[in-house]
Amino acid sequence: MIVEMDTSDVLLLARAQFGLNIGFHILFPSLTIALGWILLYFRIRYARSGDPGWLATYKLWTKVFALSFAMGVVSGITMSFQFGTNWPGFMLKVGNIAGPLLAYEVLTAFFLEATFLGIMLFGMNRVPGWMHVFASAMVAIGTTLSAFWILALNSWMQTPAGHVVQGGQIIAGDWWQVLFNPSFPFRFTHMLLASGLTASFVVAGLSAWRMLRAPGDASARATLRTGLVLAAVLAPVQALVGDQHGLNTLEHQPAKIAAIEAIWKTEKSVPLVLFAIPDEDRRRNDFAIEIPKGASLFLKHDGDAEVRGIDAFWPDAAPVAPVFFAFRAMVGLGVLMLAAAWGGAWATRGGRVPPRRMLWVLSGFTFSGWAATLCGWLVTEIGRQPWLVTGILRTADAAGAASGAQLGASLTGYVITYAAMFLAYLVVLTHLAGKGAQP
Amino acid sequence: MIDLPLVFAALMGLAMLMYVVLDGYDLGVGMLMPAADAREQELMVSSIGPFWDANETWLVLGVGILLVAFPVAHGTVLGALYLPVAWMLIGLMLRGVAFEFRVKAEGWHRELWNNLFWFGSFLASFAQGFMLGRYITGFHAGFGYTVFSLLVGASLCGGYVLLGATWLILKTQGVLQGKAIAWARWGLAWVALAVALVSLATPLVSESVQMKWFDFPRTLALMLLPVATLGAGWRVWASTGRLKRGESQPDWVPFAAAVTIFVLAFAGLAYSLFPFVIIDRMTIWEAAAHPSSLRFMLAGVIVVLPFLVAYTAFAYRVFRGKARPGLYE
Repeated sequence: MIVEMDTSDVLLLARAQFGLNIGFHILFPSLTIALGWILLYFRIRYARSGDPGWLATYKLWTKVFALSFAMGVVSGITMSFQFGTNWPGFMLKVGNIAGPLLAYEVLTAFFLEATFLGIMLFGMNRVPGWMHVFASAMVAIGTTLSAFWILALNSWMQTPAGHVVQGGQIIAGDWWQVLFNPSFPFRFTHMLLASGLTASFVVAGLSAWRMLRAPGDASARATLRTGLVLAAVLAPVQALVGDQHGLNTLEHQPAKIAAIEAIWKTEKSVPLVLFAIPDEDRRRNDFAIEIPKGASLFLKHDGDAEVRGIDAFWPDAAPVAPVFFAFRAMVGLGVLMLAAAWGGAWATRGGRVPPRRMLWVLSGFTFSGWAATLCGWLVTEIGRQPWLVTGILRTADAAGAASGAQLGASLTGYVITYAAMFLAYLVVLTHLAGKGAQP
Repeated sequence: MIDLPLVFAALMGLAMLMYVVLDGYDLGVGMLMPAADAREQELMVSSIGPFWDANETWLVLGVGILLVAFPVAHGTVLGALYLPVAWMLIGLMLRGVAFEFRVKAEGWHRELWNNLFWFGSFLASFAQGFMLGRYITGFHAGFGYTVFSLLVGASLCGGYVLLGATWLILKTQGVLQGKAIAWARWGLAWVALAVALVSLATPLVSESVQMKWFDFPRTLALMLLPVATLGAGWRVWASTGRLKRGESQPDWVPFAAAVTIFVLAFAGLAYSLFPFVIIDRMTIWEAAAHPSSLRFMLAGVIVVLPFLVAYTAFAYRVFRGKARPGLYE
């Protein structure tokens, strides 16, 4: 009994440590993937117009990019080690699939972005203009390729396909099917749009922050508009793609949908739960506010259709409450972001300067993309529990031999380091934004 | 049929060697920061600014290949090195972000980030040396082994200082170059200690290594390695001496000689360990992933590697010559 408690505590520590690291890491790529393309846009605007305003704008946002990129690199290196230290069982069981995908990410994306970033940041006076534009493009392509490989792996873990079992090991039968597994197209598109929204709100939010201090700043006005228009276009697209992603999940991971919607029992005419307090012990919802037949209608497009509940998958079911709440937080944030983007885009139409109150609101939305991305990440990763690789490997079977003391000590070290880094990052970001583009 | 595990062992070795040499010089420059004044520090940072990020990517590739091509060994190695790996990662994180933050900070903030940059570089280097010590002694536990690993940790720091100092000789001029010459000669002493420790320890720890090295007449041919290493060490000493006296001497020679020391030491280590991925316990064939995975990866490596080498060379060409101040302006 004691041994059992001990291992479950160690598993929890291993998960907490990895979750902290990957949750911290995801913030920075989700900003830099799209910011790379926005930078390329600024760079091309400068190349075409020769306007020093665009150059100053480009340089300011390059600094934000470099800072975020460095945060992503260092937390990413940590992750590449934690795959092995925290989850040795993962590599033993599915290493023949996961390994090559990670290796391709390093080979095709990491070197590309890291090398051309050097030229992009420091080489403007050393290479011809076209080469500098090319370097900026390579950085943007590199970050996107990186997302491609990682999302392919994550999607494969959620909805495995294309593999065969040989002597207790999982190996690839058809790499094409492994890469383009059932949930990949939806997840990849959803993530790229999430990155687009994250970056556009950061650009708009920090520009609004600058305009509160210097209302006449032309660069901030231009980037505010860029961020808001981009967000206004992407937000509704994301709503559509998110919906499609949900239907895909219903088809391939029905247990996750049951947790998202807090449906405990398999029934016909299932109501849509808008809000409730899920009670894991008694397997029911307290204080529920429901729309009758809503879930059946929403998920099956038929108010009387049967929807499978948690009971259909028990005991292999995810914890309901965190998935249920994180999903609602994500959708709620998405709706607010849509409203903010449309409101902001309207208020800046034809070169208008939005009222101060609106600038304050937009500043407040700076990191809304991060919050929504993290919520979505929690939904998808907790929602697949107890599986690490659906139907193939349980999270508990992948944990490593590291002792609780080792995990605890290193977790403390990571928490302190991350907290300090994050605080410094926010201070520098606000400082940079407050100063604005320097001609 | 090609021997895939062998190919990937060679690739992993190459990636690790590239990492040690490339990140070695920028970690070394980081460790030398406290010995320089504020203006010199700017030049030092400028000299590594465009490169450090790509340099660290070699570590990800090396560990990636271990993870991907030798999954069975990966868990054992990283499990045994759990805590030093954590120190190294924290060190690499601190210096990586300090790099960005120090430029944007002012006053005592900048001083704080300078210190963290130095400390992170030191912590990462020391942890890597400690891991090397643990690795070549087969992860045996015991007081003597710990002391040994600590010594290797300290001496690897010295080795990186040598790389960093000779890099600065190449990338700077004037007073700072003069300082770098003195640092390089000091670092060389530590490298000698590192090479001696590692060379003596591996045969002592493992009989199979001992037999490989003391197998006449092959031993005579093998003696070329230590002799060449001594020659390279002498080259560092002599070339920095000539630079110090102001005699004519290309500024890249000390760096090239320092890199040669690392390459030779690495070759010796590779010879000792082969074919083990964990000394006396696990060979590369026992640890290898499934051939289908290795083939898929090899295809990628063959396609991508020429591009990688080409654009890396291009980046070094773009930033050739002496470092200029105001890189970040």
